[in-house]
Amino acid sequence: MTEQNIKNLTINFGPQHPAAHGVLRMVLELEGEIVERADPHVGLLHRGTEKLIEHKTYLQAIPYFDRLDYVAPMNQEHAFCLAIEKLLGLEVPKRGQYMRVLWSEIGRILNHLLNVTTQAMDVGALTPPLWGFEEREKLMVFYERVCGARLHANFFRPGGVHQDMPPGLADDIYTFCEEFPQKLADIEQLVTDNRIFKQRNVDIGVVSAEEAFALGFTGVMVRGSGVAWDLRRAQPYECYNDLEFDIPVGKNGDCYDRYLCRIEEMLQSISIMKQCLDDMPEGPVMSTNHKFTPPRRDKIKSSMEALIEHFKLYTEGFKVPEGEVYAAVEAPKGEFGVYLVSDGSNMPYRCKIRAPGYPHMAAMDYVGKGHMLADISALIGSFDIVFGEIDR
Amino acid sequence: MDDQDLKDLGSYITSKLDQAILDEEIAFGELTLTARADQIIDVLMFLRNDGTCRFSTLIDICGVDYPERSQRFEVVYHLLSLHQNQRIRIKVVTDEDTPVPSCIEVYPAANWYEREAFDMYGIVFSGHPDLRRLLTDYGFEGYPLRKDFPLTGHVEVRYDDEQKRVVYEPVSLVQEFRNFDFMSPWEGAKYILPGDEKADSENAEGEEA
Repeated sequence: MTEQNIKNLTINFGPQHPAAHGVLRMVLELEGEIVERADPHVGLLHRGTEKLIEHKTYLQAIPYFDRLDYVAPMNQEHAFCLAIEKLLGLEVPKRGQYMRVLWSEIGRILNHLLNVTTQAMDVGALTPPLWGFEEREKLMVFYERVCGARLHANFFRPGGVHQDMPPGLADDIYTFCEEFPQKLADIEQLVTDNRIFKQRNVDIGVVSAEEAFALGFTGVMVRGSGVAWDLRRAQPYECYNDLEFDIPVGKNGDCYDRYLCRIEEMLQSISIMKQCLDDMPEGPVMSTNHKFTPPRRDKIKSSMEALIEHFKLYTEGFKVPEGEVYAAVEAPKGEFGVYLVSDGSNMPYRCKIRAPGYPHMAAMDYVGKGHMLADISALIGSFDIVFGEIDR
Repeated sequence: MDDQDLKDLGSYITSKLDQAILDEEIAFGELTLTARADQIIDVLMFLRNDGTCRFSTLIDICGVDYPERSQRFEVVYHLLSLHQNQRIRIKVVTDEDTPVPSCIEVYPAANWYEREAFDMYGIVFSGHPDLRRLLTDYGFEGYPLRKDFPLTGHVEVRYDDEQKRVVYEPVSLVQEFRNFDFMSPWEGAKYILPGDEKADSENAEGEEA
């Protein structure tokens, strides 16, 4: 017997890989098919969002948030608007709050639909994404009808949302809410009990609650490990206190439990949306404090003050008092936070974006160690990685 | 979470960590503690392990740049306690050369956050096992989020058809970057208005006469 030299194999996963959910280069050190070390190289989609925001007025900065997690754009804007409102002490009228919740929940379904179905695709199923994207398209048409854009909404504003819904949209959303559970059941029928899907996800990427805390996980990543933590319930913002919903939790903290959590969360979101549509009061959708919000369009035609307010708001913007705040929302992927420092001018002094996917991606080395190469793509799917928000 | 709870929590932490906490502030319903940079590990360890605090999750670490200060950087830690449903912000100050102890041992999640702060501001974390750049390009120079780093950067890339590869070149702008100044002259603009250059000297002469 001659002594053999066995060397670990290092491979590049990505930057162009269909299961990388974007541009991710991951250097994997393999022994056989077992991953010994994973070193994700992120930043290929880095656009300097935080630097750009420091050079824009508050209103001009909002569209950057659509481009972070482009799967659920409005949820990000929400966090930024909450931070500004906290600094300004600006109140959002009741109808505006319901609108925000309604569209945030649509964002959650958009995100989970994409994630759940592409996760199925990563492990070999082709039909679920086709069915899921059909439903996503319907939701994006709702986006388009309310704000004019399918993806980059720029709909939430400090003080409320930009516009009220056009006539008929509420009814159409309600119809969608009635039909969607059946469509979801169809997708579930394909995936949930599927033998291959289970083999690829059950007991893969197990994260205990303690590990989840240490690694800075939030959202589904801690709920899948059995911790009933949801900012909508724990630190309620907007009108979440008036709404009834359950927080699904997993038992084992593996990829399969996280998948089940996401499916259940979509159904909860549907229930929240229905409650919003039922309970939505009449009234303005945006604060009427015209120091910070634009005056109504028809007023501009007849009122000098309104014209001046409009012009000042869209050229100079508004000034935000000095101070620093941290505002967070329960985005579909976890806690999306904005740390905003203002120096009293019309532009943010510092705007740090705390993306939920960031610590999840950072934990890839820890969680991926000891898994098979093929499990890495299941892990990326289950971590809900989108590079817009990680690279910023 | 009302201010009284935060006040109690703040004074509790300050009483336990008398030496390490420099300042305590409550604003906008948020508790901010300023700590000594060399004792940040002890502070975080206490906040994680103490029964009344139990800040088990590190939410974020980020840098903030104040070039006019002698210690120009602030490192800001955001912690979350899922058990007490409480948030806290810890700040330490440092400059370009003084390293801040890395808190990876307390919170493993700190790894990438510290790499990012190093990448963006050049803040050094001592004891970090792998302090490489994270988000910027391979071979990038400078620290982009510093206030003295230009928004446009220093180099731009393009694909060169002759060399058949991507080349780096100094940034050349067709039009100067337009940085509008929105300070109203009535609110104390810190520059001389066009046409006002002579105003002060004329006044001075008038007084003499």
